[in-house]
Amino acid sequence: MTAHPAPRERSAASVTVPMALLAELTHRCPLACPYCSNPLELTRADEELSTAEWIGVFEQAAALGVLHLHLSGGEPASRRDLVELVAAASRLSLYSNLITSGVGLTETRVKALADAGLDHVQLSIQGTSAASADRIGGYKGGYQRKLAVAGWVAGAGLPLTVNAVCHRQNMDELEAMIALAVELGARRIEVATVQFHGWADRNRAALMPTREQAAAATVLVAAARERYKGVIVIDYVPADHFATYPKACMGGWGKVGLNVTPSGKVLPCHAAETIPSLTFESVRDMPLERIWREGAAFNAFRGTDWMQEPCRSCERRDIDFGGCRCQAMALAGDPAATDPVCVRSPLHGLLVEAAERDAAAEAGAFVYRGR
Amino acid sequence: MTTPAALRIDGSVRLRLARGVRLHRDEVRGQTVLLAPERAMALDDIAQRIVAALDGQRTLDAVVDGFAEAFNAPRDEIAADVLAFVRELADRRMLEEMP
Repeated sequence: MTAHPAPRERSAASVTVPMALLAELTHRCPLACPYCSNPLELTRADEELSTAEWIGVFEQAAALGVLHLHLSGGEPASRRDLVELVAAASRLSLYSNLITSGVGLTETRVKALADAGLDHVQLSIQGTSAASADRIGGYKGGYQRKLAVAGWVAGAGLPLTVNAVCHRQNMDELEAMIALAVELGARRIEVATVQFHGWADRNRAALMPTREQAAAATVLVAAARERYKGVIVIDYVPADHFATYPKACMGGWGKVGLNVTPSGKVLPCHAAETIPSLTFESVRDMPLERIWREGAAFNAFRGTDWMQEPCRSCERRDIDFGGCRCQAMALAGDPAATDPVCVRSPLHGLLVEAAERDAAAEAGAFVYRGR
Repeated sequence: MTTPAALRIDGSVRLRLARGVRLHRDEVRGQTVLLAPERAMALDDIAQRIVAALDGQRTLDAVVDGFAEAFNAPRDEIAADVLAFVRELADRRMLEEMP
């Protein structure tokens, strides 16, 4: 006799209202950061959604309950219609956040964005000197340009967050990066240890922080939060390869946010395309709300029904949701496996060994995209 | 380069929401939220009233006086609640001081 598994039911109530939409307006970017989170295969400019298509996505997102709209890329300033897109977001009362390298912005354009209703700017830095930052970003003159952009942002009255991706080759500059952010007038800094997806995986041996660096960064951030209380808010993503439990990736799959690629594919997270068993719908073919509620990729890991052991019976399953699905795919070969970052994963030992091996490797030259 | 100082929160300051922090009526969820970078704080009625009172013109003392009168409640209690909430917003860099 065969036991038939109960059909998988999903009531409408179990689908939450999304808070945030990350709009990857384009994959074009003048920089070549060795940890670029965009996929290995980039979308071509002629495949990108048009201005009207993006505005349609924003309208649907606002109706769906999205509050935060992140305008990202690639470099979003590579889109000629950026001001127009910001104006549309503003009309819809979406909280618009421009995530930029700064390259492609001018003082006039920053002012136009502010006038169009942009709410906030998030500017990346790669280091605290032109030499180190421009080498990491693969763009000569980038560092100086970023300092200028920060000044224009302040001049336009826009609030600024500095975004600092940390890895072995700049983690020792962390204190100086926080000080630079304060000096640039940022109200907030995101200190995010590099995630080994996409292009970053190619550069693991050059980027993996050492265990000592990861521990020192955590201590440093705690002290800096105290010292700069009320001056700058520090958000921190620690190095998860040296962690005990995985991060609560995306705040839960299909729970808080969604991501639209330059060509309109809707993803539960920016790296979701690395999971070969998933299929994705496009805003060109289906309403956004239907994709969010019914899309196969969104329902694949929504909630906890999909979990295997040790996650299924774990008391932390609603805290970290089993960690990162893309990392489970990359390291365990199974997107429903426990993220190997978790000490309870049978693969955790191998993950730590690999991280320590990469951290001890001689930091050779970066492999830059397209070069 | 000197480090900018955190806001001094006492009864004499005039505060308002900083640029990039704004109230939003969230019709989908039926609530009022305070939007800021990477944050959406759902505000209850009292919190909404406090935020509305941070108009950059009244001092915090005046705001507290107003609430003490409106709610007919002990001023000390009101002051403690208002200051705790205002400090929380200030620590998140959501407020600015007006001269």
